[in-house]
Amino acid sequence: MKIDRNIAVFFGIALVIFIVIQVAISFELLTNFITLILLQAGVMAIVSLGLNLIYGFNGQFSLGQWGFYAIGAYTAADITYRFTNDNSAIALLVILFAVGFSGLGILLLNQLLGKVRSVDPLSAFTLYLLMTILAVVIAINAAIALDPAVSSLLQSLPADLALQIVFFLSVLLGGFVAAEISFLFGLPVLTLGSDYFGIATLGFTIIVKVLLDNSDTMLGFVEMKGARGMVGIPKITTWAWVSFFLLMTIVITRNLLHSSHGRALVSVREDEIAAKAMGINVAAFKNTAFVLGSFFAGIAGSLYAHINGFLHPETFNFIKSFDPMIIVVFGGLGSVTGTVLASFLWALILEIVLRLFLPQGFETWRFVIYPLLLLIMMLLKPKGLFGGFEFLYLRQMLPAIPERLKQKLVGKNQSSNPDVPSPQEAVQ
Amino acid sequence: MKSFLNNRTTTSSTFGLKLLQKGWLGKGFLILVGLAAIYRLGIALIADYTVFIQQIINGLQLGFVYALIALGYTMVYGIVRLINFAHGDVFMVGSFISFYCISRFRLHLWLQNLAPDLPSAFSLVVGALTVVLVAMVSCAFMAFVIERIAYKPLRNAPRISALITAIGVSFFLEYFGALQFVFTPNFITFQRPFDVFSWSFGSLGVLPVEFGKAPPPGSILFSNIFILIVAISLALLLILNYIVRKTKIGKAMRAVAYDKETARLMGINVDLIISVTFGIGASLAGAAGMLYAIAFPSIFFSMGIIPGLKAFVSAVLGGIGSIPGALVGALILGQTEVLSAAYISTPMRDAIAFSILIIVLLVRPTGIFGEPQREKA
Repeated sequence: MKIDRNIAVFFGIALVIFIVIQVAISFELLTNFITLILLQAGVMAIVSLGLNLIYGFNGQFSLGQWGFYAIGAYTAADITYRFTNDNSAIALLVILFAVGFSGLGILLLNQLLGKVRSVDPLSAFTLYLLMTILAVVIAINAAIALDPAVSSLLQSLPADLALQIVFFLSVLLGGFVAAEISFLFGLPVLTLGSDYFGIATLGFTIIVKVLLDNSDTMLGFVEMKGARGMVGIPKITTWAWVSFFLLMTIVITRNLLHSSHGRALVSVREDEIAAKAMGINVAAFKNTAFVLGSFFAGIAGSLYAHINGFLHPETFNFIKSFDPMIIVVFGGLGSVTGTVLASFLWALILEIVLRLFLPQGFETWRFVIYPLLLLIMMLLKPKGLFGGFEFLYLRQMLPAIPERLKQKLVGKNQSSNPDVPSPQEAVQ
Repeated sequence: MKSFLNNRTTTSSTFGLKLLQKGWLGKGFLILVGLAAIYRLGIALIADYTVFIQQIINGLQLGFVYALIALGYTMVYGIVRLINFAHGDVFMVGSFISFYCISRFRLHLWLQNLAPDLPSAFSLVVGALTVVLVAMVSCAFMAFVIERIAYKPLRNAPRISALITAIGVSFFLEYFGALQFVFTPNFITFQRPFDVFSWSFGSLGVLPVEFGKAPPPGSILFSNIFILIVAISLALLLILNYIVRKTKIGKAMRAVAYDKETARLMGINVDLIISVTFGIGASLAGAAGMLYAIAFPSIFFSMGIIPGLKAFVSAVLGGIGSIPGALVGALILGQTEVLSAAYISTPMRDAIAFSILIIVLLVRPTGIFGEPQREKA
C-alpha cells in the first residue's frame, strides 16, 4: 500500500510531538502546572477548531461555542461522577439512550421533512423539540429498567478499565449531547443574519450559564451543586487522551474540508446566494457546520471536566466565550494549523508567561498586559498570526487534474500569460 | 418563484402540511409561551395591583438607565457596524468618575459652598447635574481617544478584528481599573449626592416617606431617585434626538450611517463624525454610570459587564441602529427583568431576558424597529 508523503510526514510529526511530551510528563521533566496548561491548551485547541469550522470555514459568527463546551463538560462530569461515587451507570444509560433515540428521531424527522417543501424552521423546531422530549422520557424509562444489569456488568470488569470505558463513552456522549442541542437551537436561529446570529448564540451561552448556576435547585441535579461548583469528578484526562481527541478533531476537520461537502461548506461562507444558485442547500450546510463545531466543543468540555475534577459555572461565563474567538482570529480564520498553534501559544502567553515572568510588583498586571498584546497583534496583523498558512497535509488541494489536460492547461497559460499560475499553484 | 415551486404541494396540501409550511406549529408554540407569561402576569395583577404597579415603576427606572447605555451601542453599531464591547466599561468609568467627584472632590456641593443662601434642594440638584456633566465629558473624551487608538486603524480590516480589539479594550479598562492605584479591585460604596426620599401614592393620598421607613399598605412609592433618573434620561434623550435630527453634525452622522463612501464624497469628515458618535454614545454611558450608581450604590471594576450586556440586548431587541428602538427595547427589557424576577423566577431572570431576545429575533429578525438587513455579510 502506498502512503502519501504528506500524510506520513504529518502523522510522523504528530507522533513525535506526542511522544516527546508524553516522555517529559512520565519522567516528571515538566511540572504539574505546565502539564495542566498543556492539557488545557489541547482542550482549547479542540474548542477553537470547532469554532473555526463554524466561523472560519462556514462564516457563521457564533458566540455559543462556550455554552456547548459547558453542556459537554457537565454532561460528561455527571456520568463519571455517578459512576465513581454511586457505582451506578444510570446517568450513562439515560444519556446514551436519550442521545440514541433522539438522534434516530432527528434522522427520521429529517427524512420526513425533506419531502415537504419550504418548511418553516420554527415549526420544524417545535416538531423536533416534541420528539426530543418524547425520546428523553422513553430513554429514562429504558435506562431505569437496564441499570442494574449494566452496573453489575461494569463492576465485574477491572475498576480501571471500567472507568476508562465510562470516561471514553462520557466524552463522546458529551459531544453528542452538545451536538443535538446545537441542532435544535440552530434550526430556527441559523435563519438569522450574521450579527443577529452571534447575539442569539451569546444569549444561549448566558442562558446555559444561568441554568448551571441553578442546576441543583431549578434543574434538580443535586450533584452539580449549582453555583457552588461541582466537585468529586475523577481526574482521568491525560495527555494521551487529549492528543488522541485533538488528532481526531484535526483529521475529521481536514477530511470534511477536503470533501465536496467541505467545499460546499466553504462556498456558503464566500457567497450565500451564489452557493444557493449552485444548488447547495445553504441551510443544511450551515446546520452541519454548527452541529459538528458544537460536537467538538462538547468533546473538549468533557475532557476539560476531567482535568481538574472541578467545574464551576463561572468558568462558562460569557466573557470567556470570546477566548476561542480570539484564538481563531489569531490563528487566522479558516486555518487549521493556525488555530492549533495559536491555542498553544495563547495558553503559553496567558497562563505561563504572564503568570510566571511578570516583574516583582507587577503581578496584578496580567490582564492589563494581555489586552495590550491583543491590541498590538490586531493592529499589526489584522488577518491573524498565520494568515492562510496551512501545514502541507491540511492544505486544500484542487481535485487532481489529468496529466494530459494539465500539460495542455499549463502550456496555454505559459503561452498567453506567464503571470497566471496553474490551478494547483493558485490554491497554495 | 417560490409560490410557483410550491404550487404542487400547496394544491394538495393537508392540515399537516399547512402546519409546517405556513409555520402554524411554530407560531402556536410561541403563542403558547406568550399566553403562559400573560396568564402569570394577569394573576399577579389581580392578586395585588399595587405591587404590580410598583414593579412596573421599578422596571421603568431600570429601563431608562439601560436606554442611556443602549443608545451608545446602537449609534456605534449604526455607523460602523461594530459591537462595541468596551461600552459597558465606559459606563463603569463613568460611575467611578462621579464617585470621585462626589466623595473626594465634593463637587456636588460647589453651589452650596459658593452661595449658601440659595435653597439647598436647588443647589443640590445643580451640584448633581454638574457631576453628571463631568462624568459625561470625561467619558466622551475617553471614548474619543479609544476610538482613535484602537478602532480607527482597523477601519478597513475585517470586522472581526475590530470586535476582538473592542474586547481587548474592554479587558484593559476593567483590569487597569482593578489596579490598586486606579480604582482598586474592591467594592466601593457610592455616596449619593442627596438623601433618598419617597412619596407614597395610595388611598391615604400623597404622603412623604422617609428612607428606610415602611410606606402605608396598599400604596405606590415614588422615590426622588426614580424622578431624577427618568428626568435626566428623558432630557438626554430629547437632546440626543435634537442633535441627530436637527443639527448639522446629526445630519452628517445619519449620512455616514447610511453610506460612508458617498458621505465622504459629499465633503463630510467621516473619521471625525465616527469619533463624535463614539463620544456622544460614551457621554450617555457616563451619565448612565452615575444614575446607575445612585440607584444601586455599590461600584466595582467589573460592574459594567452585566448592565452593558443588558443594554446591548435592549439595543438589539429594539433593532440595532435605531434610536427610538433602543429606548423601546430598554424599557421592554427593564420590565421583563423586574417582572420576571418578581413573578416568575428570580435566579432565572437573565435567562428569561435572553429567551425573550431570541424569541423576538425569531419573529422579527432585525429587532422591533430594525430595518431589513441591507448588506449580506
